[in-house]
Amino acid sequence: MGKVLMKGNEVIAEAAVHAGCKYFFGYPITPQSELVAYMARRLPEVGGLFLQAESEVAAINMVYGAAGTGVRVMTSSSSPGFSLKQEGISYLVGAELPALIVNVVRGGPGLGNIQPAQSDYFQVTKGGGHGDYHTPVLAPSTLQEIIDLTEAAFDIADQYRTPVILLGDGMLGQMMEPVEFKELNERDPEQKEWATTGTRGDGKPRIISSLELNADALEKRNELLQKKFALIKQNEVRYETFEIDDADYIVTAYGTAARIAMNAINQARKDGLKIGMIRPITLWPFPEQPFIETRDRVKGYLSVEMSAGQMVEDVRLAVEGRAPVSFFGRTGGVVPTQEEIYDQIIKLAGGVEV
Amino acid sequence: MTMKTVFEKTTGLTDNQTHYCPGCTHGIIHRMVGEVLEEMGILEDTVGVASVGCSVLSYEYFNCDMTQAAHGRAPAVATGIKRVLPDRFVFTYQGDGDLASIGIAEAVHAAARGENITVIFVNNAIYGMTGGQMAPTTLVGQKTATTPFGRNASIQGLPIRVSEMLSTLDGTAYIERVSTHDVPNIIKTKKAIRKAFETQKQGKGFSMVEVLSSCPTNWGLDPNESLDWIKDHMVPAYPLGVYKDVPKEADR
Ligand SMILES: Cc1ncc(C[n+]2csc(CCOP(=O)(O)OP(=O)(O)O)c2C)c(N)n1
Ligand code: SF4
Repeated sequence: MGKVLMKGNEVIAEAAVHAGCKYFFGYPITPQSELVAYMARRLPEVGGLFLQAESEVAAINMVYGAAGTGVRVMTSSSSPGFSLKQEGISYLVGAELPALIVNVVRGGPGLGNIQPAQSDYFQVTKGGGHGDYHTPVLAPSTLQEIIDLTEAAFDIADQYRTPVILLGDGMLGQMMEPVEFKELNERDPEQKEWATTGTRGDGKPRIISSLELNADALEKRNELLQKKFALIKQNEVRYETFEIDDADYIVTAYGTAARIAMNAINQARKDGLKIGMIRPITLWPFPEQPFIETRDRVKGYLSVEMSAGQMVEDVRLAVEGRAPVSFFGRTGGVVPTQEEIYDQIIKLAGGVEV
Repeated sequence: MTMKTVFEKTTGLTDNQTHYCPGCTHGIIHRMVGEVLEEMGILEDTVGVASVGCSVLSYEYFNCDMTQAAHGRAPAVATGIKRVLPDRFVFTYQGDGDLASIGIAEAVHAAARGENITVIFVNNAIYGMTGGQMAPTTLVGQKTATTPFGRNASIQGLPIRVSEMLSTLDGTAYIERVSTHDVPNIIKTKKAIRKAFETQKQGKGFSMVEVLSSCPTNWGLDPNESLDWIKDHMVPAYPLGVYKDVPKEADR
């Protein structure tokens, strides 16, 4: 098909169409509005449906209804809107419905601003809504990677009957890069025997619900959900490493922060410092393994984030105190520069010899 | 001598015993919805949306595919279902707290979009399930758990008349307010429910039946007094009748 120059938000939208998503319910918010607009134009072309909801609350509940019929369906938003979707996400998890939810994160708290941030990490990885749950979270760092991860997100959603979050930030959403899509081939929508589509002669009515008034029964349901989360943890962890085998220090970062940190690491390597990188791709389940494998031989880790320090807590849990873990972050929509990160690496490594 | 069956339970309802309080008219309304779905032969093509409130378990009672929605969100959930399956019948069953309070935006916008769904709106002027607190539909002067001195308009505001309000929207096709306080009105209620589903069948758009219903438990009245209370207090505040009945687009 060849390469096309596209904006990040549009890449997510087109990737979803490629993954067989035909239904989108959303509400505009910067910096992800292009995604909504792209779907409004694109979905009718593939026989799908775009509907602008009256709010994020309504959008996620439309997704809930559509997901219950067994189709691939998605919504997208940015931080303040994502907060509003948490009610629906908790219900999707409780009722075990698959869906894709995109969060193109911006600076907060509150109305914050429209600049890129990673300060929704806690919200997306620790449940966010009420009840004991997690949702898989995929965090691409390039526009090309968005294409694979969007498809993976739908597959994970279907396989485990769970909502999945695709996490980007304003930078990823707004930047343009050449990307390549595979040929769009019509896929047969999966028949889901649990879907509520009208019984149509196939017997007993089906019920989609997250209500269980009996405490023992609800505990059983929770235990089943926990088993599912354990299975996802076992099967779906994704990450990338760069030169960690001989590294004295390892920088860890995801998404946009990882791209910038990578440049700083390359520079440090040129200057003779042995710096490696662990880039989590799934934020939940968090990739503990590369930390476990390196924690007894490195001198330390540096978590670089566009937040006040959220992922660093998961890094510390994985490292279990066996090596020092430091943190560098910018907040409020400020994107850290390569130079800043480089300086942090130098500080950590005790300087370069000149 | 052979026996002739003159009356049977509707197949529109499951065999589950409902949990409603004695004298509560939720059960009657359920039965009429079930009967209409059976009589129209659309049970197998219907997806119902249960809301939050005393009718939260209605998915156990209606004999069709059912989805349980979050408090107030049923019209949005129904929108999602109907947009994927436009040839199926989709209805919500919602109380007044659910529809007129937390879910008012979802109800107004589903109506404004002219979603081709049917809303069964059960107005008992109070929150039943959570123990009798004030609803947006609670009458002025009515005592509830959260208006212990009676609803005072200057403090708690005035009741919302949902049928009147939604009928001002161009997207609504059929809106009628009916009551369950005596047999003639119950018969009218069933007719209205049938008409609402027929409106959906004809693809005319949003249909809603507002049913005045009793809550003996939280009103602190016995079942008969409750029916009188509907007639004497609710009907004057919520006049019965057809608020909207538009012809099909093509017939206009
Ligand atoms: C988000 C949320 N807020 C509050 C509740 C608690 N709640 C359950 S039922 C209900 C009131 C329902 O009243 P109504 O819709 O009038 O139905 P009824 O019980 O009278 O049939 C409330 C407030 C909830 N379940 N979810
Ligand atoms: S509390 Fe009221 S509305 Fe609920 S079942 Fe009892 S009588 Fe009916």
